[in-house]
Amino acid sequence: MSSAQASGKNAFNWLLWLAVSVLGTVALGVVALSRNEPINAIWLVTAAVCTYLVAFRFYSMFIGRSVLRIDPTRVTPAYRHNDGLDYVPTNKWVLFGHHFAAIAGAGPLVGPVLAAQMGYLPGTLWILAGVVFAGAVQDCIVLFVSVRRDARSLGDMIRSEMGEVPGVIAMFGILLIMIILLAVLALIVVKALAGSPWGTFTVFATMPIAILMGVYCRFIRPGRILEMSVIGVVLLLGALTYGQTVSQTPALAAMFTYSGETWALILIVYGFIAAVLPVWLLLAPRDYLSTFLKIGTIVALAIGIMVVAPVLHMPAVSRYIDGTGPVFSGQLFPFLFITIACGAVSGFHSLVSSGTTPKMIENENQIRMIGYAAMLMESAVAIMAMVAACVLEPGAYFAMNSPAGMIGTTAVQAAATISSWGFVITPDTLTQIAKDIGETTILSRAGGAPTLAVGMAHILSGVTGGRALMPFWYHFAILFEALFILTTIDAGTRVARFMIQDLAGIFVPSMRRTESWVSNVVATAIAVAGWGWFLYQGVIDPLGGINSLWPLFGISNQMLAAIALTLCTVVLFRMKQQRYAWVTIAPTVWLSVCTLVAGWEKLFDPTPAIGFLAHARVFGAALDAGKVLAPARSVVEMNRVVTNDYINAIMTAIFMALVVAMLVCGVISAMRALSNPSVTTKEVGGGLQTV
Amino acid sequence: MVCKLCDLSPGLRLFGRRLKQTANLMVGMPDYDTYAAHRSATHPDLPVMTREEFFRERQARRYGAGGGGLRCC
Repeated sequence: MSSAQASGKNAFNWLLWLAVSVLGTVALGVVALSRNEPINAIWLVTAAVCTYLVAFRFYSMFIGRSVLRIDPTRVTPAYRHNDGLDYVPTNKWVLFGHHFAAIAGAGPLVGPVLAAQMGYLPGTLWILAGVVFAGAVQDCIVLFVSVRRDARSLGDMIRSEMGEVPGVIAMFGILLIMIILLAVLALIVVKALAGSPWGTFTVFATMPIAILMGVYCRFIRPGRILEMSVIGVVLLLGALTYGQTVSQTPALAAMFTYSGETWALILIVYGFIAAVLPVWLLLAPRDYLSTFLKIGTIVALAIGIMVVAPVLHMPAVSRYIDGTGPVFSGQLFPFLFITIACGAVSGFHSLVSSGTTPKMIENENQIRMIGYAAMLMESAVAIMAMVAACVLEPGAYFAMNSPAGMIGTTAVQAAATISSWGFVITPDTLTQIAKDIGETTILSRAGGAPTLAVGMAHILSGVTGGRALMPFWYHFAILFEALFILTTIDAGTRVARFMIQDLAGIFVPSMRRTESWVSNVVATAIAVAGWGWFLYQGVIDPLGGINSLWPLFGISNQMLAAIALTLCTVVLFRMKQQRYAWVTIAPTVWLSVCTLVAGWEKLFDPTPAIGFLAHARVFGAALDAGKVLAPARSVVEMNRVVTNDYINAIMTAIFMALVVAMLVCGVISAMRALSNPSVTTKEVGGGLQTV
Repeated sequence: MVCKLCDLSPGLRLFGRRLKQTANLMVGMPDYDTYAAHRSATHPDLPVMTREEFFRERQARRYGAGGGGLRCC
C-alpha cells in the first residue's frame, strides 16, 4: 500500500469514527432531552450501540495498550497447558460465544425492568456509563490478570497477590452472594408462576423433556448435543401450546395452580433433589436447552425491537426518583446503582472471567474482544430489557410491579390507586391485558419476569402473529426465564455446595471430600437451606420480597465487583503501572460508595420500607401492643417478620464489613507495592518463552 | 460460476464448523476432533478417549468440583 493510500484510509477511518460519535451524541441527546413526548426505542438502541462502538475502539484499546500492555508474543495458558480438554487454544469468535453464554443470565433482564419505575433515562445512563467504565473494565482486566497467571481463579489470585486473609474473606463473600443470588432468582420464578397454570404446566413439562434428552444423549445417540437440543426445543414448544388447553380446562388448571408459598416449597425440595441427581440426567440437558433458548430469545428480541421500533410510553424520568416508588424503595442514589447490577457491572463475571475462558484464549490481543466486548453485549441485553419494560403503559407497568398491600387485589382498586399516582389507567385495560396474554390477572407480579414477558409479547407479536399469538409469546418468555433460572438454581446449588465443602474443610477436613456421600448431602442441605430460607421469607414478605431481596442481591453483586476491581488495582500497582490505576480505582470507589451508602440506608433508614431495623421496630411495637399487622395473620408470623428483618440487617452488615475489609487489604497491598522499587506481580511465563 | 462456488464452499464449510463449535462450547463441550488431533500429535503412545468417553468426561467435569459450570445470574 502506498503512503497516499494509507493516509487516505486513515482519514476515512477517522471520518467514520467521527460519524459514529456524532450519531451517538445526537441519539443520546434525544434520549436525554425528550420531555412529555414519547420517544422511539430506536433512539435508545442507537445511543447504546454508538456508545459501545466508541468505548470499544478507544477506551478498551487504551486499556489494552497502555494500562495492561498486552503482549501478543506471550504464550497463553491455552498453549502452555494444552490438553485438548480444559486448556485448548480456541478461535476467538467461538470463545466469544462461550464467554457470552456464560456471563449473560437472568440478571440483565430483571434489574432494568425494576429500575424502569424511575423512568427510562436514569437506568439507561447508568447501564451505559457503568458498562464502559466499570463492568467491561472489570471483566477485561480480570481476564487479563488470570491469563497471566495460568488461568487461576479469582479466589486463588486474591490469595497469591494479596494474602491469605483477603483470600478467605473473598471466598466467604462469594458464597454469600451465591446464596442470595439463588434466593432472588427462585423468587422471580415464584412470582411468575404462582397462580399461572399455563406457566406451571410448561415448566413442569421441561423435566420429563430434559430427562428424555439426557437419556437420548447418553445412551441412544451419545454426545449429539445439538441434535438432541433441536428435539428438546420442538417438544418444549409442543408443551407450551398444550399449556393453553391446560389453562382453559378447569380440572387441569386446578392441578397446576399453586400459591406462592407452595411454589417456594416445591422449589426447595426440587433444588435439593436436582443437586444430588447425576448431572447427565436432568441438569446438563436442561442447561443445553436453556442456553440455546436464551441466545435465540435475545436474538429474537433484538430483531423484534429493530423491526417494530416501538414507542416508549414510560416517562424519561418519573417522580419515583425521590425514593417512594412502589417497585423498590429508596432514592435514585444509591439504589438505582445497586438495582441494575448485571448489564452495568456484575461482580459475578469476575468468576467467569477467571474460570474457563482464560484457559482457551489463543493470544493476549484477544482479551479486549472477549473480556470487554462480551460485556458490552450483555449491556445491550439490559438495554433491550429496559425497552421491553418501557413500551408498556406506565399504569400497566405499575399494576404489575406494585405489591398487593399497596394497590389492592382487584382491577378496580388497582386502577383507582395507580391513576391517583398520576399514571391513568382503567380497570378494563388491566383486565384486557391479562386476557390478551392468557392469564386471569396481571396484578402484583413483581420480580421483572412477567413485565418483561408482557413487553416481549407486545414487541414480538408486532413482528408476527398479532394479538392472537400474544399469549403464546408471553408464556414463551416466562418459560424461557423460568427454565433458565431453574438451571441456574441447580448448577448454583452445586457450586455453593463445593464452596461450602471447601470452606468447611478448613475446620473439618473430611467435609472436603467431594466423593463422600455424607459430606455431599450435608453441604447440599446447607446450601438449599440457605437460599430456601431467604426465598420463603421473600414470598411471605408484605412488601413483596423483591423489595428486600433484590437490594441485598445488588449490594452483594456490586460488593464482589468492588473486590475484583480491588484485586485489579493491586495488580496494576505491583506491575508498576500505578499511573494508570485510576482506570480501576475510579469504579472501585464508586461501587464501594454505592454499596456502603445503600447498605447503611438498608440498615438505619427510618422509613420502614427502606430500613430493615425500622421495619423490625414497627412490627415489634405492634407485637408489644398485641396487634397483628397485615399481611401477617398471627403472632407467630409477626415474630417471623421481625426475625427476618434482623437477619437481613445482619447480612447487609456482613456485606458492608466485607467491602471495608477488602478495601483496607487493597490499600495495604498497594502501599507495599509502591514502597518496593521492583515489579512484584506473580505472573507465569513471559516474553518469547515457550512452554 | 461453478468454480466460484467451489472457492466459496471451503469458506462456508469452515463457517459451519465454527458455528457448530460455538454452539457446543456455549454449553461447555469442547471440540472432539481438536482433542483427538492434539492427543495423537503430542502423546501418540497414550490412549485417546472415544467420542462417547470424551462427552461423558466433559459433561461430568462441567458440573463437578472446580469445573466450569459457573454462570452468571
